[in-house]
Amino acid sequence: MQQLLELIKDPSQIGPWFHDLLMSLGLSVELASVVGDVLGVLLLLIMVLTSAIFLIWLERKVAARLQDRVGPNRAGPYGLLQTMADIVKLLTKEDITPVGADRVSFNLAPALSVMQIIMVAAIIPIGAGVVAVNLNVGLLYFVAFSGLAAMGALMAGWSSNNKYALLGGFRVVAQLLSYEVPLIFTLLAVVLLAGTMNTNDLAAAQGVRYFGFIPGWYALLMPFAFVIFFVAALAEGERAPFDLLEAESEIVAGFNIEYSGMKFAWFFLQFFVNSLILSALAATIFLGGWQGPFVDQVPVLGIVYFGIKTTLVLFALMWVRATYPRLRIDQMMTFCWKVLVPASLVVVLLAAVIWKLPVSANIRALLLSGSNIVALVVTLGIIGSRLRKRVDRRQDALNAASAASA
Amino acid sequence: MAITPQQVVFILISVLTLGCGLMVVLSRNLFHSALWLVGSFFGVAALYGLLEAEFLAVAQILIYIGAIATLIVFATMLTRGMMLGRMKMSNFQSGVSAVVAVLLLGLLVMVLLQVNWPTEAVPVPGDTIAMIGNAFVSAYVIPFEVVSLLLLVALVGAIMIARER
Repeated sequence: MQQLLELIKDPSQIGPWFHDLLMSLGLSVELASVVGDVLGVLLLLIMVLTSAIFLIWLERKVAARLQDRVGPNRAGPYGLLQTMADIVKLLTKEDITPVGADRVSFNLAPALSVMQIIMVAAIIPIGAGVVAVNLNVGLLYFVAFSGLAAMGALMAGWSSNNKYALLGGFRVVAQLLSYEVPLIFTLLAVVLLAGTMNTNDLAAAQGVRYFGFIPGWYALLMPFAFVIFFVAALAEGERAPFDLLEAESEIVAGFNIEYSGMKFAWFFLQFFVNSLILSALAATIFLGGWQGPFVDQVPVLGIVYFGIKTTLVLFALMWVRATYPRLRIDQMMTFCWKVLVPASLVVVLLAAVIWKLPVSANIRALLLSGSNIVALVVTLGIIGSRLRKRVDRRQDALNAASAASA
Repeated sequence: MAITPQQVVFILISVLTLGCGLMVVLSRNLFHSALWLVGSFFGVAALYGLLEAEFLAVAQILIYIGAIATLIVFATMLTRGMMLGRMKMSNFQSGVSAVVAVLLLGLLVMVLLQVNWPTEAVPVPGDTIAMIGNAFVSAYVIPFEVVSLLLLVALVGAIMIARER
């Protein structure tokens, strides 16, 4: 009983405890670790896949409330069972393979895109030390596997034997590869400060307090980096205003146009889980992850803090999606290469220079934070004045045209 | 000799890697070959993972699958003739390549026989990634800088070719 309480208090000890339990049942060291690992993988898989069911309901409900609608409210209390009903519907739908499709890659593509996102889930520390794989190269691992999303979309687009699907696939690759650049640069700035790529150590490194009370979250140290990460995450998650990849109303969906039934659902599963993973990463890297008051005494509180932070970021993602119109493809590319990439380079430069200044840690943090805010304001000012000029030019052209016709 | 779980995993990964590699050359569709190549790259990454070379494993996925394989797939898609028709599996160079393949095999066998392979597992140093980072900016700083310069030149060159005139 005492041991059980200890385990609940410090969930990071469950793994070793389970290992010892298997050993005491007479398994060899290697077999025990294999059984433990397989169970851990299954647990992660179930957690990620079931979270999608809830996420879809949440997304629809939040979007509905923000747009002054009710949202799903028929199936179950608050419409909670709506997604279950949808899944049953999707499972019973006909599974269509288009004529001339490349069967192997057509069937593999949904699996690949779901696999990719589940692999990323393995490095997210949900509590102090509670992480599926405590990888030294955690952030690099995230970058590597998020690059596979483009591969899945490309396979789906090509194998459908449909030119619109192929074009949609190319769009996905263009967007994902472009927005990966600023995303990686912001991650680089964080790694410069923390000196580690291990996600659990990154969260732990944010436990320092500046001036005795200000938490050392990287979102506070580098607000500009956090903003860039957030925008790039919107694009990486294929969310509005960057959801032109599946703009149902303007282009015919995208790379997944020929998919039906459950295979179509897999792409949507990837989409929703991707949002969750990106918010969880944002919470871990920039908002201190499982850090919070009293987490040293009662480590299980870390899971609660992590959950709250992730939900807040996820809510912000949904908020943006429900509010903003979508961009055109040229605007999307211009914004990435002319705004986000230079801005993220500035962030890396600021972090690299200021963090090596021979002043006390408090002053350094203050300088970094201040310079980030200045850079953010300057960038917004430049974008604002450019946009205003463009509107003025358009107004002038309109005036000239109406004067000529009159 | 009992087979340990690690050996089972190693055999499975090796079969995957070699099988995929074989399918790369046996497949008649160029796009399928590219996909099999991805599978083979995955197998190699898994082998690195099994050796606890985390950085190499992740770099393998990032560079070979994330970048090179995507590039190959792109190039295949844009070459229409190769995509539609079934390709011939041999061309006039098969004789020369057979000679080269045999020579390469001989070289590899020579290396295999000469190297004194360790039979005991050596403990892996903990923070390999920091050691790699330090090596890049100390002992190997000049190759590192030359490579970055080369990449910059490639980048500028690509933009120069692609820009509208």
